[in-house]
Amino acid sequence: MYSKKVMENFMNPKNVGEIDDASGIGEVGNAKCGDIMKVYLKIEDGIIKDAKFKTFGCGAAIATSSMATQMIIGKTVQEALELTNKAVVEALDGLPPIKLHCSVLAEEAVHAALWDYAKKNNIEIKGLKPPKEDISH
Amino acid sequence: MKTIYFDHAATTPVRKEVIDKMYPFFNEFYGNPSSIYDIATISKSAIEDSRKIIASVFNADAGEIFFTSGGTESDNWAIIGTALANEKKGKHIITSSVEHHAVLHTFEYLSRHGFEVTYLPVDENGKVKIDELKKAIRKDTILVSVMYANNEIGTIQPIEEISNICKDRKIIFHSDAVQAVGQIRIDLKKTGIDLLSMSAHKFNGPKGVGALFIRKGTKIDNFLHGGAQENKRRAGTENVPGIVGMAEAISLAYENMEEKNKKIIKLRDKIIDGIKNNIPHVKFNGDPVDRLPNNVNFSFRYIEGESLLLMLNMKGIAASSGSACTSGSLDPSHVLLSIGLSHEVAHGSLRITLGYENKEEEVDYLLQILPGIVQRLRDMSPLYDEFLKGEGDKNVQ
Repeated sequence: MYSKKVMENFMNPKNVGEIDDASGIGEVGNAKCGDIMKVYLKIEDGIIKDAKFKTFGCGAAIATSSMATQMIIGKTVQEALELTNKAVVEALDGLPPIKLHCSVLAEEAVHAALWDYAKKNNIEIKGLKPPKEDISH
Repeated sequence: MKTIYFDHAATTPVRKEVIDKMYPFFNEFYGNPSSIYDIATISKSAIEDSRKIIASVFNADAGEIFFTSGGTESDNWAIIGTALANEKKGKHIITSSVEHHAVLHTFEYLSRHGFEVTYLPVDENGKVKIDELKKAIRKDTILVSVMYANNEIGTIQPIEEISNICKDRKIIFHSDAVQAVGQIRIDLKKTGIDLLSMSAHKFNGPKGVGALFIRKGTKIDNFLHGGAQENKRRAGTENVPGIVGMAEAISLAYENMEEKNKKIIKLRDKIIDGIKNNIPHVKFNGDPVDRLPNNVNFSFRYIEGESLLLMLNMKGIAASSGSACTSGSLDPSHVLLSIGLSHEVAHGSLRITLGYENKEEEVDYLLQILPGIVQRLRDMSPLYDEFLKGEGDKNVQ
């Protein structure tokens, strides 16, 4: 059902945890649907120095959280904003169609954390939209 | 790695004795049972012998057993066949909210074709509320369908009481006994069930074969139309190897059943106690007493079931969950929601169903690795964080 990459990222996920003095925190999804993703970002000079996550969800939700955080570390805020769910899916060598919403959730979680960062620092990130209150998928 | 198979409610391995009995009917006695030459009459009499064996298990008459392609067909036939044959009497039909989809979706189909359906609620252990059944019955009620035992939480329904209520009011009573047959004794002379569905692959028989018990005198239409097989009640060339295999499997299942169940119940209770005593924040699902001998069902708070199954699979254990992610739909199991679990708690469920071949070492291995797996997933879960930080149990009932 899942690719080898997905299983690797599920069994040994990277960046699980929290950042105490996070520059931005984003939480998306809801327990009713069975997935919640919380992403923590440490941003310095417009660069994402560190990213961590906590996820309640299925194998795909945990794997996409792991992959998405890996893909944005070291990137600029603008580059992180441009990370699409499609790129995350490709990096995982694909996801089953019914699991694609998990990758959307990962993208949304990164965006929500960036929004929180922008709000806290009173800056504007071009092209960033406010996070949805509740993602139903 | 050897698989430890704990998903016997999904399906079971076919026993060697069963395969041996089936084998000659593939390439030796392959004749069509409706033909007249020797190899055909041998397959014909094999069917009739199988029918007798199966009938005797239920204390029924051989003429009341009809072979089908499995549990789903038996349920469809029982429900649609009864509804159509009795619609002049009334168009109200009753079932429970915890049925298998083979029953629920058939009722939904009938509700789109002019029948009115009442879905009975269940209590927190998954049992149909008898008072609700009495209240739901009307003058135009023609059918009640309540499963013998639940496939997810293992709860055995008060079948005797339900059948008496139906009998008094001359309403046809169907029971989907797919999970019960092969695990517990059912006496159809004592219990007034009119229609009973069963499926061979749930008791170490082959897939693709099952039966419907139709009590003599029950008014029911045919469902599959065509040839004159099954006493003109169910058309289609008989699945002879499957039927022979089903009869052998049922004989083996009911041989020394009480003794075998004692062993399975001991393993089941070891798992239940092991989980309750070693893992915090769990909820035991289903009835503690009126329960199938092989069923364990728990919800593990703050984690999601599919993740749990994947981690167990990596350790060689095959089990099942009521989480949405494993059902391919958005909602978790309707059974778990019906017994009052919140969505979140239902998502974190694990079902373990034992079989005769499971050993105590396998149970010990499960109990050894499960606490660590649950903790690993909780350590990744934002809900568990909230709980630890005392933000409360807001999402958890």
